[in-house]
Amino acid sequence: MSDDILSTVAFDAEGYLVNPDDWTPELAEAIAAREGIQLTEKHWQVINFCRQKAAETGKSPTLRQISVGTGISTKELFQLFPKGPAKRVAKIAGLKKPEGCI
Amino acid sequence: MSENRHMAFICSKGNLDMAYPALIMGWAALGNGVDVTIFFTFWGLDIIRKKTMDRLKLPPVGIAGMRTGMMGLPVDIGIPQIMGVLPGMTEVATALMRKKMEELEVPPISEFLQMLQDAGAKLYACKMTVDMMGLTQDDFMDGVEIVTAGDFIDKTEGAQIIFI
Repeated sequence: MSDDILSTVAFDAEGYLVNPDDWTPELAEAIAAREGIQLTEKHWQVINFCRQKAAETGKSPTLRQISVGTGISTKELFQLFPKGPAKRVAKIAGLKKPEGCI
Repeated sequence: MSENRHMAFICSKGNLDMAYPALIMGWAALGNGVDVTIFFTFWGLDIIRKKTMDRLKLPPVGIAGMRTGMMGLPVDIGIPQIMGVLPGMTEVATALMRKKMEELEVPPISEFLQMLQDAGAKLYACKMTVDMMGLTQDDFMDGVEIVTAGDFIDKTEGAQIIFI
């Protein structure tokens, strides 16, 4: 079922959503499932923060910005989104690849 | 699944500008899902010593890239090396770099190292240098483990090693 929704939208070579307007919460669930992540309320807190931040600044927030902005510790972010939280959240939230180094 | 990519940094220098490369690249590696180990030896130990970690300095002598433009002056020319030995020049250069780093949202060393540890990086202090400098475990930030060079080699089997 989630495969269906993923095949209706375009992703770039690295797995980021090409057209931000295609994003829906259902799509986020499907992308997360593809990444092996089952979204919880805490995941959504991070996703919503990142989408809001990106809407304000036009850029995906960096890991530190997410940690400072949400108050969720670095440790927990790595548990929620293993192996690179900033990039994984950006993919799931339908945002561009984060550019900052920190 | 195949073994995860692993990068190991060896920090042998303790000047402020030599602390950031491993921390920034290590952080980037963790953000890309790569395992990170950092080994601190010789002057690099200052980076993880509680007493010195947030007081690292940037002495301008020997850095050809130091320019007046960095000081916010309108004319961008190289700063003669002889100027670097004048009293206060190290403090000026250090303060300048700290300010620039802050503007780029780069956290202070102690906070940065905590972030790295929270993200899963392993930090080791070189036992021989620790002994040579008469230091003990208490001198280092929490989470640092004192290991021998041999232990470090064991722990980084298969890793990509970067010497700084």
